[in-house]
Amino acid sequence: MSEFSNPQIQAPSLWARARQRLAAFLDSDFIYRFWQSKITVLAFIWTVVLLVAGLFSHWTAPYAIFDASSFDLMDSELPPSWMTGGETRFLLGSDVQGRDLLSLMLYGLNISLIVGLISVTLSLVLGTLLGVLSGYLGGLVDTLIMRFADAMLSIPTIMFSLLISGVARGLLPKDSQAMMAMPIIVLSITLTGWMQYARTIRRLTILEKNKEYVLASKISGGRNLHIMFRHILPNVLSPISVLATLHLGLAILTEATLSFLGVGMPPDQPSLGTLINEGNQYLFSGQWWVVLFPALVLVTLSLSFNILGDWLRDVLNPKLR
Amino acid sequence: MHQDTSPAPSAPPLLSVEGLSVEFMHRKGALKAIHDVSFSLAPGEILGVVGESGAGKSLTGSAISGLLEAPGRISAGQIFFNGRRIDNLSEADRRQLRGRKISCIFQDPLTSLNPVLTIGEQLTETLRAHLPLNAQQARQRALALMAEVGISSAEQRLDQYPHQFSGGMRQRIIIALALCVEPELIIADEPTTALDVSVQAQVLSLLKRLCKQHRAAVMLITHDMGVIAEICDRVAVMYAGRLIEIGPVQQVVMQPQHPYTRGLMASIPSLTERRPRLAQIDGAMPRLNQLPDGCAFHPRCVKRTAHCSTQQPALDVSGLSRVACLNL
Amino acid sequence: MNTAKQHEPEGLPTPIVPASRHALMEVQDLHIRFDVASPGLSGLFKRQKKAVLQAVRGISFTVYQGETFSLVGESGCGKSTVARALAGLYTPSEGSIHHAGRPLTGDSTASGRGIQMIFQDPYASLNPRWRIERIIAEPLILQNRVGNTRQARPQVAAALRQVGLGEADMFRFPHEFSGGQRQRISIARALVTQPDFLICDEPTSALDVSVQAQVLNLMSDLQDNLGLTYFFISHNMSVVAHCSDRVGVMYLGRIVELGPVEEIFRHPGHPYTRMLIDAIPKIGAQPGDRQPISGDVPSPLSPPAGCAFHPRCPLASELCRLEAPPVSRLSEQHHIECHHPAAVARPHLQVLTAIHQGEDQ
Repeated sequence: MSEFSNPQIQAPSLWARARQRLAAFLDSDFIYRFWQSKITVLAFIWTVVLLVAGLFSHWTAPYAIFDASSFDLMDSELPPSWMTGGETRFLLGSDVQGRDLLSLMLYGLNISLIVGLISVTLSLVLGTLLGVLSGYLGGLVDTLIMRFADAMLSIPTIMFSLLISGVARGLLPKDSQAMMAMPIIVLSITLTGWMQYARTIRRLTILEKNKEYVLASKISGGRNLHIMFRHILPNVLSPISVLATLHLGLAILTEATLSFLGVGMPPDQPSLGTLINEGNQYLFSGQWWVVLFPALVLVTLSLSFNILGDWLRDVLNPKLR
Repeated sequence: MHQDTSPAPSAPPLLSVEGLSVEFMHRKGALKAIHDVSFSLAPGEILGVVGESGAGKSLTGSAISGLLEAPGRISAGQIFFNGRRIDNLSEADRRQLRGRKISCIFQDPLTSLNPVLTIGEQLTETLRAHLPLNAQQARQRALALMAEVGISSAEQRLDQYPHQFSGGMRQRIIIALALCVEPELIIADEPTTALDVSVQAQVLSLLKRLCKQHRAAVMLITHDMGVIAEICDRVAVMYAGRLIEIGPVQQVVMQPQHPYTRGLMASIPSLTERRPRLAQIDGAMPRLNQLPDGCAFHPRCVKRTAHCSTQQPALDVSGLSRVACLNL
Repeated sequence: MNTAKQHEPEGLPTPIVPASRHALMEVQDLHIRFDVASPGLSGLFKRQKKAVLQAVRGISFTVYQGETFSLVGESGCGKSTVARALAGLYTPSEGSIHHAGRPLTGDSTASGRGIQMIFQDPYASLNPRWRIERIIAEPLILQNRVGNTRQARPQVAAALRQVGLGEADMFRFPHEFSGGQRQRISIARALVTQPDFLICDEPTSALDVSVQAQVLNLMSDLQDNLGLTYFFISHNMSVVAHCSDRVGVMYLGRIVELGPVEEIFRHPGHPYTRMLIDAIPKIGAQPGDRQPISGDVPSPLSPPAGCAFHPRCPLASELCRLEAPPVSRLSEQHHIECHHPAAVARPHLQVLTAIHQGEDQ
């Protein structure tokens, strides 16, 4: 016996539903306004280029810099290829150890991106969870979480990261410190980044929880967990894309700052910040390229994320439509 | 364009709308929201514009008061105020007109008043913007206005903030604000919808009394037929962006001619007669981008005939009213 | 393979006999109070006087099976709070609610006991991210009557048919429907677990007049066909006059008048009821018939002493200011709370003078 009285009615398949959603999306105002804004398109393209180049640095880098046999002290301190003394082998020049700068940058980008993406993801998950719990349950839970968030917000990120880093160094045995460098940075950025998500999600949760569809679910027997994660969560996720994009730009810069200060990534796993730090020491002997190119990548990457985030915020803001 | 017969046939109309069309520019084309609306308003007359949501009545009010915002725009037609054309004015001229000759009252008394200024400040600011008064004179005027709209102990209340007043009182203050510059036309968009029933009655009677006293014409936009029957002289019925019936309130309300108006009146629960079922109009008002050919109402109309789906009915005189129907 | 045979439309047994006097919902001396002092730690430190909002201040009534009982009143009178308490969303601060003989508290699952609710705002009562089929199937899943949305499809389809929508609509999203259609979907969701008691919180207040007529007719048909009992909340007296059997008039947390609908509208006993009926714009009345009423609805945070209505009452006396009024019986079914029950004037208009019989064809 068919589910419907009219046998012509078929439930649309998953594939049909996905195709329908994709078609609606491509036709939407969102995509239209994307093409309209030239600078956003530019930022998007540059971001994609850097993401691909960085995340797949194993394949995109001309040299494998972790392999000590691939570089030679004789090639050290060579300027970029278009200048006198430069060689085409080293497109953007080489550092004091003879490593190709372009490859270094790509590996550094890889590390910066991985640290950034993981920290943002963890912040997002933690912040959203706490925001929904705080907003929906209210009362003591809300007060505790929000006051904790306020306390965390009053501590500067860099200071907190230095603190965590110092504590970790004190606790961990010497030989595992290099290995733990990345998790420690991820931890500091996560712990100082979740509050923004929590506050925004909490505000939206409070708005949603009084809506009638939540009441209808309660009356029908919906328990708190069901309502929080099946009803409210899907409806409060809209600002996350904006927050995460902006946060990614910030996270990458934060990691670079920590590495520059020497409490981030160690020299054998250099991130962009570490490179800038290294190059800084040789700046006055005239090797400007070791500082300039990583800095340019860092700045443009962060800027692109900011442009995208700002554009997203404008486009998704229902009041501006 | 000839006018329908009104109580003062010799007086030239205060407001004359001819063939007004409003459209919204969308990236996929233009969406017409108001089609070819024409009517006029005599000085001191209260005209009700009634229709369901999406019929275009609020848009008509916005177009006349000059508050229509992009992507909406007047695509055709003309609006005359006191004989002078006003739909193509510059923003500066329009602003001057809007403050002085045409006043607006909106639905939500909460957001119509600035929460950080006292009532006295808001009243005197408006007064001094349009009339040559000094601070002392403006305050005296404001006190007189508060008394006129029935707010007691006006002297103290003038220095209070909007949140210290109830919804009904706020709406009365807004009426005071609207009347303080002695406008010739007030456009009131759902002024009592957000108020409780008992307060609604007070505010409506106040509005009617003051407007007759100050000889201001009113264009009252609402979805509530009862409100229309209360205070209006004439009423215009809108459906899917068109004017489909306009005439004296007694005729349109008691003896509606257009099938839609008939259906609308019949579907209102009556206090005097209790029936097991309400008369209903099947279907729903079509969306603006899905308007049928010919008469916009014909798919739902009990009196439809073959030519209703091909011909657009024009507003023709029928008795004391004008009605847009091919089958009268 | 061709299932051409028209099967019986579901949920349409032969119409039932008129309402029996079996009490389905009994409310005794219900009080509901909310603590509205500053939340959290700041309230503790400020040591504020406890601010208590008395939303419902002692009401009692009974709803009989098969009837439509309405509570009418203006904003702040507490009718919505009563509705939610009957739905099991609030625990009474004092007094009791009994459904089918068993007490109802704030944590019981109303739906499991045959109580459901439909709401005022058609745009906020359906989860915008869920498809219609999931929305309607949810009560069945939460009640463990089916395992997942897929298994609920026949019942969802039947529910949609019952409210006059198409079965294929279950695959769409709420934003694809108009206000009136969304209310129908809400009704379908409420009826899918086959409740016997349906609480309707201003279901047509946000709808246009012609759509309201459709929805009210639908609800009337469903009541006849399914033997439902309606608890109807509204501020619109005309709607209440049309669809109720018995009416309670609320003011600031108390029921000031209660009785059969014809008596309430033809011979309103309480001054507030008369004021409400007077205030309705009546189509066809001569302008100037009405006397505007004074004052505004007071805030429920600080109800006036004695009789809550005395500041606005034309009959108010010193006694009204000091003492809460007693209950006076105007007839067997009709009672009011007033110190001056004898001083009732005839209303201006003859209301409900003509009642068409013939509800059962």
